[in-house]
Amino acid sequence: METLYSIFPELIRIIVCAIGGAVIVFGNALVMGYAERKLAGHIMLRPGPMEVGFHGIIQLVVDGLKLMGKQLVVPAQADKPLFMLAPILAFAPVFVPLLVIPFSDKLQGFDLDIGLLVILAFASINVLAILIGGWGSNNKYSLFGAFRSVAQNVAYEIPMLISLLAIVFMTNTFSLREVAAAQSPVWFVVVQPLAFLIYIVAMVAETNRAPFDLPEAESELTAGFHTEYSGMSFSLFVLGEYANMFIVCSVATVFFLGGSSGIDLPYAEYTGVVWFLAKVYALMFFLIWIRWTYPRTRFDQLMNFCWKYLIPFSLVNLLITVVVVKLI
Amino acid sequence: MNVEPLEDDRHHRFVLNMGPQHPSTHGVLRVLLELEGEYAMNLHPVLGYGHRCHEKIAEHKPAKSFMPNTARMDYLGALIYNHGYAQILEKATGVEAPQRAEYIRVITSELNRIQSHLLWYGAYLLDLGAFTPIMYAFDDREHILDILEDITGSRLTYCYYRVGGVSKDIDDKFISSTRAFIDRLRGRFPMYEQLVNGNIILQNRLNGVGDLTPQTCARYGITGPMLRGTGVAYDLRRAEPYSVYSEFDFEIPTETKGDCMASFLVRYREMEQSLRIIEQALDKLPEGPVMAAKVPKKLKIPAGDYNSSVEAPRGELSYYLVSDGTDTPYRLKVRTPSYSNLSVVPEMCQGMLLSDVVSAMGSLDLVIPEIDR
Amino acid sequence: MKSYFSVIFTGAWSLITGLKVTIKALFTPIVTVQYPREKLVITPNYRGHIDLIKFEDTGSHKCITCGSCQRECPSDCIVVEGEKREGVKGKVLTVFTLDFTKCSLCGACVEACPTNALDYSDEYELAGATREEFHYDILKRVEERE
Repeated sequence: METLYSIFPELIRIIVCAIGGAVIVFGNALVMGYAERKLAGHIMLRPGPMEVGFHGIIQLVVDGLKLMGKQLVVPAQADKPLFMLAPILAFAPVFVPLLVIPFSDKLQGFDLDIGLLVILAFASINVLAILIGGWGSNNKYSLFGAFRSVAQNVAYEIPMLISLLAIVFMTNTFSLREVAAAQSPVWFVVVQPLAFLIYIVAMVAETNRAPFDLPEAESELTAGFHTEYSGMSFSLFVLGEYANMFIVCSVATVFFLGGSSGIDLPYAEYTGVVWFLAKVYALMFFLIWIRWTYPRTRFDQLMNFCWKYLIPFSLVNLLITVVVVKLI
Repeated sequence: MNVEPLEDDRHHRFVLNMGPQHPSTHGVLRVLLELEGEYAMNLHPVLGYGHRCHEKIAEHKPAKSFMPNTARMDYLGALIYNHGYAQILEKATGVEAPQRAEYIRVITSELNRIQSHLLWYGAYLLDLGAFTPIMYAFDDREHILDILEDITGSRLTYCYYRVGGVSKDIDDKFISSTRAFIDRLRGRFPMYEQLVNGNIILQNRLNGVGDLTPQTCARYGITGPMLRGTGVAYDLRRAEPYSVYSEFDFEIPTETKGDCMASFLVRYREMEQSLRIIEQALDKLPEGPVMAAKVPKKLKIPAGDYNSSVEAPRGELSYYLVSDGTDTPYRLKVRTPSYSNLSVVPEMCQGMLLSDVVSAMGSLDLVIPEIDR
Repeated sequence: MKSYFSVIFTGAWSLITGLKVTIKALFTPIVTVQYPREKLVITPNYRGHIDLIKFEDTGSHKCITCGSCQRECPSDCIVVEGEKREGVKGKVLTVFTLDFTKCSLCGACVEACPTNALDYSDEYELAGATREEFHYDILKRVEERE
């Protein structure tokens, strides 16, 4: 029989993980929001936020406070339960994938055998949240955004999964820690560059970032599925989007860039997190970079690109991987 | 206008209102779209949200005082509207502008044309989802606005031309800064081509969208870069030369396909041709006065009707003046190019996806205040 | 089939050249000005609202109350009034108001003035709470200017 005393270490672990998850999500939103606005500004030859704090460093905090203080407007004839449910559904599922990501050798929430499946399963709840938000807004523009998002997300999950499957075939496990550990001599990006490229493109489409940001296409659909949201509901969508970006970049880091491997610092099992975060944020910088460079694709061209280019190449890559693994 | 529910066999479509406030309809244009899924089956533009009765105002003011109103009709091509109006009054009253004034008019009009095309370029790419080229285009545009602010005093709605010339002479600072700007913009074109024109996403968005033919353009009265995108090399500066345009050597860029990419490339290349005209005009600039010697204070227009056309950045702009002998016109009609360009939208955009409707309307380069006047 | 692959390569190359442009722009200095903390120098030819010029030789303006500016104005925003005082040749200016809410900045008044008494000011930071703030009393402004 389990007493409270015997499960105490597990309780501590759960509480630490919960706090850590919250710190990561909100801290990431702060850093990413600021970095995005500053980088966007400098790419556009302007300074970005400059007013609050030194060069605008506390801008996101002030924005968060402002959004929390705004009125939650529910449009007339909107489906109120669905309308209020959508942001929660977009934000809540980001905590579970954070538990299985190995930030360093000893820093991991829970090392599940099916870590990758957990991440992919929870990442697809985002689609449901957008659909519910778009429908519940009683706004034709939001409905458009929701339709496009469903098709886009469902379609791009396939190349994402298949390119990760190639790595899984090589390492024979779904657990993220073992995949990160299996990259000791050489990172998988060198062995499987095509899978890396396909995963990067699918990653951009999964998180609804430009050039695939049709669900929230600002100039065609005013604001897409989050047109009617204001205040905290809107900020929950944004927090969920940034956290999703963090999760997919972490998966790319673990599967292709060696996880937390790098030059060994003192207490390497814990300080490997520095290398991990450096790689994750390098990928996020890349996401920001391409957002501010490219125009938006048209919807049928986006689906064409997925079905006719990404999926054939990822299947060919998987086939070659399987053949090579069988022969070696 | 009220929107009736759709009956008969169109009940599976729904009406989406790209209302007067929309990021992509540049200005207050309302388009009622009947959508079947994402395909726009029927488009119905609703005009009039920006009507300010300019033509009626012209009947109550002396003709000379109407000049600031012409700038407000199309704020992006204000100097060219000024030019058309000064030209029609000079034709009507027989006042002739001196040569130096004509050259200054050509130089400043071409600078205005480049400024209008730069703004169109940036805003069109913003519609398509690229957020940075608008900033680079506006950076170049600021140089033009500074140059023009130095002699005219205004940045957008200029009232610089007068009947019989221009109101202020240009100085060496204008000439040197214009030459510096020409070199600067020529150096920026490769950057635009790398960032925007060659981009595969943009080419996929624009190629094949819209199918204008010269016959369609003739039916709707479309002029300007849209017409030149279908292969017809009709430019008023070459076909019916006015002012001193016959003395300059420039090409008329044309494309043949008639889609959005064609008019995009035509407008992009027109900027280079305008730079050539400005260079030649600066080289050939004559000395002399900038205002005609004797312009009467009370400008009486002889009775009759007069017409003048100029090439605005959007197409052919015509003024038609009917006078009854006093200094106030009896009727002034302004034929603006965007009005005819907009009228092709229901035919051209039928059956297009919603994103393509946005692309097509952006490539028309509409300025709504000049449609509504 | 060949175009399938060539499209991939040309497309990918065009995307990479686009990225090169933006990364170069990331490291160029900014071109905007942090208004209101830094302000640009306005050209002296800027066309603000009109003002009477104060001439040093007389210490006052040169308006002869002819009313040309009032007649030429297309928007009817200038009101000029004068009165005859004994011992002074010509009229003396008593009222000169400009309703700037109607002004279209055409410059007809400045050009019509026979004594060149009017000129443009360079005030561009015009924001007010009431409409009456923009009914300028030009005579009072020229008398109060040193």
